Amino acid sequence: MLTIKSKSGVKRLLTILMCAVIGITVMACSKKERSMILATTTSTQDSGLLDYLLPLFKEDTGITVKVLAKGTGEAIEVAKRGDADGLLVHAKSQEVKFVEEGYGTERLEVMYNDFIVVGPKDDPAKLKEKAPKDGVEAFKLISSSGANFISRGDKSGTNTKELDIWKDAGITPTGEWYISAGKGMGAVLTMASEKKAYTLTDRATYLNMRDTLDLAIVTEKGSQFLNQYALIRLDDSKNKIKTKEANEFIDWMLSTKGQKLIGEYGKEKYGMPLFTPNAN
Amino acid sequence: MSYYEEVIHIVLLSLFVSLASTLIASLAGMALAIPVALKDFRLKKYIVRLSETSMSIPPVLMGLVVYLLLSRKGPLGELKLLFTPAAMIIAQSLLVFPIIFGLTVSAIGGRGREIKKNCSALGAGSIDTLILIIRECKVQLFSVVAAGFGRAISEVGAVMMVGGNIKGDTRVMTTYIALETGQGKFGEAITIGVILLLVAFVVNFILHGLSNIDEK
Repeated sequence: MLTIKSKSGVKRLLTILMCAVIGITVMACSKKERSMILATTTSTQDSGLLDYLLPLFKEDTGITVKVLAKGTGEAIEVAKRGDADGLLVHAKSQEVKFVEEGYGTERLEVMYNDFIVVGPKDDPAKLKEKAPKDGVEAFKLISSSGANFISRGDKSGTNTKELDIWKDAGITPTGEWYISAGKGMGAVLTMASEKKAYTLTDRATYLNMRDTLDLAIVTEKGSQFLNQYALIRLDDSKNKIKTKEANEFIDWMLSTKGQKLIGEYGKEKYGMPLFTPNAN
Repeated sequence: MSYYEEVIHIVLLSLFVSLASTLIASLAGMALAIPVALKDFRLKKYIVRLSETSMSIPPVLMGLVVYLLLSRKGPLGELKLLFTPAAMIIAQSLLVFPIIFGLTVSAIGGRGREIKKNCSALGAGSIDTLILIIRECKVQLFSVVAAGFGRAISEVGAVMMVGGNIKGDTRVMTTYIALETGQGKFGEAITIGVILLLVAFVVNFILHGLSNIDEK
């Protein structure tokens, strides 16, 4: 009872399925290059630093680094579960704990920059006037004026620094003005711009996004604003990871060449380097 | 990676992941749904209810479940599938499957059983009966596939969680839109949004064409 019509219809369907299977196999086989997953903060990605460094790293070693840009807290959790091969974050207390708990064998400082407080251009809480260089004083002014403040709210390095400053100010931030976003740095800056709010950010991400934002720097160069980034060498006895590639990445970032490249990023575009290399 | 390279990669990956998962879900879904539609058995009502509920599983929840399964510490960790396109295909196939299954059962439903009755009265074999049922319900079945594809191509929660939105690797159109919007780059986000709609239109156009293949 099979007519010619139904046969050709089935044939066409089968050809399409065959092409799909072949396509899938080809794609699967072409992924033979060396690669590793780097769990990192959103600021290393949103500042454009990794987009600049990683192609150069690939040229030198042939390794493709796949960037998982989450907040420091989430990146650390991913590394604990063995789902990443490398870790580059910026929350010293969390990093030290991570190594102490045995997930990492070494904490290696690689570069730093600074945090700044940004806010709406009309600066309702008058931070630029009253606390241009003091983070603790700035936070006190924001809290007392009830001006909107966006917190990363995600255990990131920036969030950790923010909470430390609140602690130093002796304030527990609560109320409608304190908005916990649970998002990355770029997204939080966009939100702060939309809501005319203050927020704590690293300088690099702010500069990289300045054109799309309606925010100005109000407080900077305070003593609490050091933003130190570190690479963690993951313990490969805890999880099976790509140790060889991870070590090559760490070595390259700490090498003279890597450090020089880090120190040059941003000079052309912003007139100043966005990160200062400080590996020992 | 230049902007154009990135866009092409994102579009192709979205197509690959969504088509692959729709294909897998359709093959599995229809293979199971057609016999269920044609027979009457005790648990049938509950299976249909279950599949209807499964259509409403939030994609982020499915993403979380698949994430925990595929994580290195999870039961399937040895396969090293987390943060790869394969993981995204797995998650989407699981999301699309109940849609295909449930809608196929309705599409075949009464008509299928009538055809089966007539065929057995005329003495046709079971394979021929099956092919005839599929041909008769062809147009509805292609709509079911289109509905499944629609779910896959527009999905963002599950692929974000199990794929990781890695630039140049697991970023698809929907996760790109979410990222760029968060960064305030609305132009880029809308451009990709329009491309996504065009892609969906073309795929549905092709599916419609295929469903009319045998018509004179």
